[in-house]
Amino acid sequence: MKLNLSTDSVRLLIPALSLTVLLCAVFYLQPRAMSYTGLNLLFNLAVPITLATIAQMLIMTVNDLDLSMGTFVSFVACVAATFLPTDPLIGAAILLAAIAAYAVLGIVIHVRELPSIVVTLGMSFVWGGLAVLILPAPGGQAPVWARLLMTSKPPLVPMAIVASIVIAVVTHFIVMRSSFGVLIRGVGGNTRSVERAGWSIIAARGGAYALAAFFAVLAGIALVGLTTSADANIALRYTLLSIAGVILGGGEFVGGRVSPVGAVIGALTLTLAGSFLSFLRISPDWQIGAQGAILIIVLALRLLLNRLEKREKGR
Amino acid sequence: MNIRKMLLASVAIACAFPAATLADTSDKKIALSNNYAGNSWRQAMLTSWEKVTGEAVKAGVVSAADAFTTAENQATEQAAQIQNMILQGYDAIVLNAASPTALNGAVKEACDAGITVVSFDGIVTEPCAWRIAVDFKEMGRSEIEYLAKRLSDGGNLLEIRGLAGVFVDDAISGGIHEGVAENPQFKIAGSVHGDWAQDVAQRAVAGILPSLPEIAAVVTQGGDGYGAAQAFAAAKRPTPIIIMGNRQDELAWWKEQKDANGYETMSVSIAPGVSTLAFWVAQQILDGKEVKKDLVVPFLRIDQDNLEANLEKTPQGGVANVEYTLEDAQKVIDSAK
Repeated sequence: MKLNLSTDSVRLLIPALSLTVLLCAVFYLQPRAMSYTGLNLLFNLAVPITLATIAQMLIMTVNDLDLSMGTFVSFVACVAATFLPTDPLIGAAILLAAIAAYAVLGIVIHVRELPSIVVTLGMSFVWGGLAVLILPAPGGQAPVWARLLMTSKPPLVPMAIVASIVIAVVTHFIVMRSSFGVLIRGVGGNTRSVERAGWSIIAARGGAYALAAFFAVLAGIALVGLTTSADANIALRYTLLSIAGVILGGGEFVGGRVSPVGAVIGALTLTLAGSFLSFLRISPDWQIGAQGAILIIVLALRLLLNRLEKREKGR
Repeated sequence: MNIRKMLLASVAIACAFPAATLADTSDKKIALSNNYAGNSWRQAMLTSWEKVTGEAVKAGVVSAADAFTTAENQATEQAAQIQNMILQGYDAIVLNAASPTALNGAVKEACDAGITVVSFDGIVTEPCAWRIAVDFKEMGRSEIEYLAKRLSDGGNLLEIRGLAGVFVDDAISGGIHEGVAENPQFKIAGSVHGDWAQDVAQRAVAGILPSLPEIAAVVTQGGDGYGAAQAFAAAKRPTPIIIMGNRQDELAWWKEQKDANGYETMSVSIAPGVSTLAFWVAQQILDGKEVKKDLVVPFLRIDQDNLEANLEKTPQGGVANVEYTLEDAQKVIDSAK
């Protein structure tokens, strides 16, 4: 092969390709989607999912898994729909405290060598309980600025696409280009060597968790901006969606191998897969299965590519 | 030749069904957005929708009436589903919502696109949508009203509630307590949560029975009457008047008792066919009729004399149902004015 692709680009190839194929299929099924409003309708609910996926990706960078992502985003949504519009200061304080709690979680998980799955699963009940306490019955009101932001109509390109690109670029710089990004990926790849090089692993893990919480907070606010009001169970799907998005986008569960651009594309692909199946008029009984089938196909393609990659290297 | 024949045939059909009031919506498409299909009530709801709208489409009242159910009963998923419906170009969306508020953004999006949104059962609070709500409070009150007629001396009541934290449970229970306040001869001696399920209700009632005085009647929310009856029988206590909730097993038990010893009670719940009422209301709105945003759907009550007829129509393990017609919808619309 004359084409000289870096490993990272190869990893991005499959998610990008699957997104394009799906997009073409959706346009074919529903030509109406091929417009400014159409694209916005297709993708605007992907914005919070994308942010949650980025948050999950940051946790996965340090070899952990966050099973409380869905309930945490729901909790943030409840705070955003109750405190943020009326008492912005209290709301912001709660959200900052939540981010701090995440940092502490990361530190505790590291120091006590606890399995992150167990800790975050436990925390999911805490976040869920707090969400119900804040908003016992569905309701609340989205902050005006969040609503304005999510319904804004930038010229030429719809908000959902602009937001996805901005998220991809910003997180690419944080994770792939900044020294902090290198550090947390190093923690995921080889903790011991990073530690020997004189870095503080505790700070790195805490930082990764805090940054993840920050993106999850953005996800909750974006979600409320779209739905106008909240519900304590609003984002429960996000736990699995965010994990699937990272994996679909070329990330790995271990080893600090993640791709922010891939994660964004993965989240968009997942959202689009739902619309695609709906346009196909597949019966709901089959939809979960069909969604799973799309995931398996994409992952199988990736495995195939990984193998090719290894063979190339072996030469 | 063929085309001419088809044209002639369609003219003939158009003449054969002079549907003056229906003609305006014949090119409209209506979609049903449903959040959950996992119990007998929802299954009956979907079957009713298919049956009634299938006939309506065949008769040319509307051009399509497709039903969509989300796989996971999640608000965000249903919001995406509604946005897809906007893209698919439906003229009206009939909606049983996963959350009264979390879909408001998507509903607003649909309204802005000029789509009529009619929510029923699980209603949404977005002001641009229509709401067909069940007066659950009145349903609870009607139970006490019936008992007041039957038991002039009053007595102790056992209340079986639904799933804690769901607004339907609060509403029905609120109505029952209101009724008791109006009829002070009654006293609620005990209250348990039966979760609208026979087995849970039976366990809960069996647990509280030993601590209760003589019970004159059991007020319920539906889906729990048969379990309560079983618990009373197991404790060898006399069977009180148990209000039923239109489930087939409840009606069958009532019929058995009625034949054996002339047992009398009543049964009340919402008919799953309310989806068809929502369909006709949506059709009427598309037709240009002025409809109030908040409509109340009558609940389905079964009494001693129409028990057999209703039991016969109710499938094994199902819920007593009624499918609404265009005339029913017009009546509901007119009564709201």
